[in-house]
Amino acid sequence: MCMAFLLVGPLFLALSSSAWSELVIRVTQGNDQPTIIAVAPIALNGIQIKEDIGSIVEADLKRSGLFSAIPRRDMLAFPSVASDVYYRDWRMLGTEYLVVGAMIPIGEGRYQLDFSLLNVTAKKTEFNHRVSGTKSQMRDLAHLISDKIYQEITGIRGAFSTRLAYVTANRKNGKYIYRLNVSDADGAREKLMLESPEPIMSPSWAPNGKELAYVSFETGRPAIFRQNLVTATRQQLTNFTGLNGAPSWSPDGKKMALVLSKDGNPEIYMLDLASKKFTRLTRHFAIDTEPTWMPDGKHLLFTSDRGGTPQIYKLNITSKATERLTFRGNYNARASLAPDGRTLALIHRSSDTFHVASFDLVTGRMIELTQTRLDESPTVAPNGAMLMYATKQGDRGVLAAVSLDAGVRYVLPAKSGDVREPAWSPFLR
Amino acid sequence: MIHSNKFGFTAVVLSMILAGCSSAPTDESTDIEDTAVQTGQVGTSAIDDSAMMDAASAADTVFYFDYDKALLKPESRAALLEHAAALNSNPRSVRLEGHADERGTREYNMALGERRANAVKEFMVLQGVSAGLIEVISYGEERAASYGSNDSAWSMNRRVELK
Repeated sequence: MCMAFLLVGPLFLALSSSAWSELVIRVTQGNDQPTIIAVAPIALNGIQIKEDIGSIVEADLKRSGLFSAIPRRDMLAFPSVASDVYYRDWRMLGTEYLVVGAMIPIGEGRYQLDFSLLNVTAKKTEFNHRVSGTKSQMRDLAHLISDKIYQEITGIRGAFSTRLAYVTANRKNGKYIYRLNVSDADGAREKLMLESPEPIMSPSWAPNGKELAYVSFETGRPAIFRQNLVTATRQQLTNFTGLNGAPSWSPDGKKMALVLSKDGNPEIYMLDLASKKFTRLTRHFAIDTEPTWMPDGKHLLFTSDRGGTPQIYKLNITSKATERLTFRGNYNARASLAPDGRTLALIHRSSDTFHVASFDLVTGRMIELTQTRLDESPTVAPNGAMLMYATKQGDRGVLAAVSLDAGVRYVLPAKSGDVREPAWSPFLR
Repeated sequence: MIHSNKFGFTAVVLSMILAGCSSAPTDESTDIEDTAVQTGQVGTSAIDDSAMMDAASAADTVFYFDYDKALLKPESRAALLEHAAALNSNPRSVRLEGHADERGTREYNMALGERRANAVKEFMVLQGVSAGLIEVISYGEERAASYGSNDSAWSMNRRVELK
């Protein structure tokens, strides 16, 4: 028996661009004392490209909330190499760091971009770097530059070259269209992965960033699928009676934690992706759902109402021992673990509103991070600096982001329809 | 009013691409069932079976629940008794679709919707309806009946629909 891949149909499956719901980012709160950076326009030496690389870098850095940028109209000159820089001019503008760069063609459709990060205060070059790519990779080059600058100045690895997966829902004449999309972390270059008249839920990234698992109701019932982002081939992983939900890829990519209710009520299972063997991990008449892996690959966190209200529990996969972690409040659910392995983002109810809160696994401290009231689906960036979540603006579902110290916020409303269930990719390079 | 096929995917035409067929089995794909692959339209929606309808069809088919609860409300009993009686005298497959309001997390709400639909199923089974005739499916908060983020919309969305 050979493996069958299901493809296309009314579930219009593609890698094409969709202009339907591209996300537009608006920074609503930044750091109190941001680093002031100037990104001079990249000298193009006559090369025609659509993207303004300098503006993309500037937008990346501003979105982090840790930087404010000198507007181009205030710049006295547009140097493209360090030797052309008059530090005094930039100091007068209050600039702390300056980025300059220039691009040249190197043949076979490739372009080389040399850029420098200059420390204006110290009047010195922090580093010079060279990147190259094709015209279709200009955004990738820009995000890579942002990653380098961010890391140099903050000491934290940049996550601008990562991606987002999310679900959009549009309702027209009483009919729904659900879409699973993947975009760059800044919302640009949205690509349609799956379209269906039936619900799509719970996207989850494979640790290598090349596949997504998700729940689709296209068969009339929920089922879990995995889909390769490059080839668009996909495979149905479950087809049980009842819930088939909440897939979560193990850190080594070989297993998937998921929820099945075929035994009568929702239980956490582990699927070995190579052998296709399912192992039941929980055994309780309560709701057990929303599993997420600890970095050690030996423990899961999950939501259960076995204590009367939904709370976060920790499960040892080998011994099946479970331990309740959250006690404050009557609703703590949908944990997402930061890369430090100790900070959880979760949904916490307080006085009838649902916020994103951080929960420190070591100290047990819970901090509410958001002021919105119907928050869902927190997902932490792979560098741990920001988390994204879904919330409501008026009657519309939007994505929003907040830093784990709550100092930085931005929103990414879709141009149309509801957007929900963000999943931040792992590092992709 | 009630059709046996209510999956809303009658137009689903999935083409199958077979990959990796040449060599020995490398991967036993567990549970891919060909039933999921529909190659044409299921024409039941054109059938007018209104003449077959009996008294139960006039009874309510939507049953509401309190917040974060899966207990049947007393006012749901009369209609459910009618449906059970109709199914006992004239057995057919039915589908119970459980729903939740938008508050809280999506997968937890999936579980809550299922719990509600199971509460309705258990009631009907106690009335003698064969469990095999009842399919339970939860849509969680994915299919709101009423839009808006307020108490009245939420109360309309915490429901089980009998189809």
